[in-house]
Amino acid sequence: MTPMVIAEEVHKSFGSNHVLRGISLEVAHGEVMCLVGPSGSGKSTFLRCINHLEKINSGRITVDGTLIGYREHAGKLYELKAREAATQRSGIGMVFQKFNLFPHMTALENVTVGMVRVQGINTSDAQVESKKLLARVGLAEKLYHYPAHLSGGQQQRVAIARSLAMKPQLMLFDEPTSALDPELVGEVLDVMKELAASGMTMIVVTHEMGFAREVADSLVFMDGGVVVEAGKPVEILSNPTQERTKSFLSKVL
Amino acid sequence: MPSTNHEPIKAVPLRHPIRWAVALFLVAISAAFVVDASHRGAYDWKAFAQYIFDPRVVKAAGVTLALTALSMFFAIILGVSFAVMRRSPNPVFRAVSWLFIWAFRGTPVYVQLVFWGLLSTIYHSFFIGIPDIHFHNFYLGFHQTISQQFSLFWIAVIGLSLNEAAYMAEIVRAGLLSVDSGQEEAATAIGMSWWTTMRYVVIPQAMRIIIPPTGNEIVSMLKTTSLVTAVPLVTDLYARTRDISTETYNPIPLLLVASAWYLFFTTVLMIIQYFVEKRFARGHSALIAMAS
Ligand SMILES: Nc1ncnc2c1ncn2[C@@H]1O[C@H](COP(=O)(O)OP(=O)(O)OP(=O)(O)O)[C@@H](O)[C@H]1O
Ligand SMILES: [Mg+2]
Repeated sequence: MTPMVIAEEVHKSFGSNHVLRGISLEVAHGEVMCLVGPSGSGKSTFLRCINHLEKINSGRITVDGTLIGYREHAGKLYELKAREAATQRSGIGMVFQKFNLFPHMTALENVTVGMVRVQGINTSDAQVESKKLLARVGLAEKLYHYPAHLSGGQQQRVAIARSLAMKPQLMLFDEPTSALDPELVGEVLDVMKELAASGMTMIVVTHEMGFAREVADSLVFMDGGVVVEAGKPVEILSNPTQERTKSFLSKVL
Repeated sequence: MPSTNHEPIKAVPLRHPIRWAVALFLVAISAAFVVDASHRGAYDWKAFAQYIFDPRVVKAAGVTLALTALSMFFAIILGVSFAVMRRSPNPVFRAVSWLFIWAFRGTPVYVQLVFWGLLSTIYHSFFIGIPDIHFHNFYLGFHQTISQQFSLFWIAVIGLSLNEAAYMAEIVRAGLLSVDSGQEEAATAIGMSWWTTMRYVVIPQAMRIIIPPTGNEIVSMLKTTSLVTAVPLVTDLYARTRDISTETYNPIPLLLVASAWYLFFTTVLMIIQYFVEKRFARGHSALIAMAS
């Protein structure tokens, strides 16, 4: 089977700031990959390139065999129309460090809105589905709460449910627990573990090395816009071969 | 353990002698003014009572209200459009929006109203200069079939709307900017199109910021309608009361009549604004409650 995600020689610059300097990696179906690295190494940028929130300057990214952001025809690339790009994104879930829930909507509405406004499902069907998803992340009791009335951990779980509502084949997590109080980290990681166990393909940027060791199938260490080291989490965490990996791990472990 | 028979604090409250003195002084002055005004012949309260519900005045008040409502309606639609265009990925839209705001915010509304009033003359010479005069004929036909006052009314509405749209665009733009960029990102990430994101995520949140200054703009528009005499439209509240007073040689009571109507409308607007603001605080008042 072809991998779920293939990144080949991905380069991305912001002006003269060359952030991604040739990232190549593969994520298999059902694989959980953790992405770690120092601040500014380009982890968020790489995630954002995968769902085309950022345009890459060179290289290529495919998700489930489909080229991201472009259509290829007779060896030439054509930019996707806004609508096509949006459809492509809806198949890739993304969870943000700051949750980014819609504050003017209840938990239920946050989950429903994508199904109704993007997929065109009618509201009552969408609500039935959304309630199931909120129950799955342990929030069956909080359907009608506004985000401001939820704890950080609860908000992040709503955000996960909101992504799942689009039935994504791939989930991207950008430091999903970094903005949480320590006692709330566990509830979000539990949801992510359950998701991983259900077979979801996931790329997780995180500083939670415990989660990486326990749940991830692979670990990638990025620095300065390149992949420095990749492999099994246990091996990299206990036996890093690269100097940069060693010094980074000594700081976070 | 809190004790059950605790004593409430008994203390001499802080005195505010200056506050009292100032308040008394102001009350005294106002009372003197009111007493004086109620006797002074120039105010002519009998004339005030006679004209306040005069059918011509009531009708003129209706015209002012219609001018305000229609102008604000179009100004809000245009303002939202231009503000959204300013953020569009399309550079042509951005440029058009910028130019519009630049031109209409940068010139006085009075001048714009005179300009729109003169428009028919401008179009006249303009259309004679080019071979295709179909539109020109149509335009003349328009003038022949619709009464002059009616078209002047719509010229006033157009003039007021376009000017106001420039201000509304800036207000809406500030509102849109106040919405965290993470909102647009999250909406885009679940596959919402740019417009769906605006419509369901960004604009509803921007409303909280947009409404208070928009309320001010409506109140301000109500008063700006008194400038439509520049078009020249003379059926609005101010022009009408002024015209009546030239017949009666008694301007002050009619100015008071006009002011009373303007005040009545602004008061009603303030009450409506209060309820609308409450409606759009959804999800946000909760935040304030949490923080405290
Ligand atoms: N939209 C942008 N415009 C300009 N520069 C950007 C933009 N986004 C990111 N950058 C730059 O790209 C570099 C990498 O940023 P990125 O957010 O990908 O790092 P990161 O690995 O996620 O770091 P962190 O752990 O702090 O989140 C930084 O130098 C940042 O300033
Ligand atoms: Mg980051």
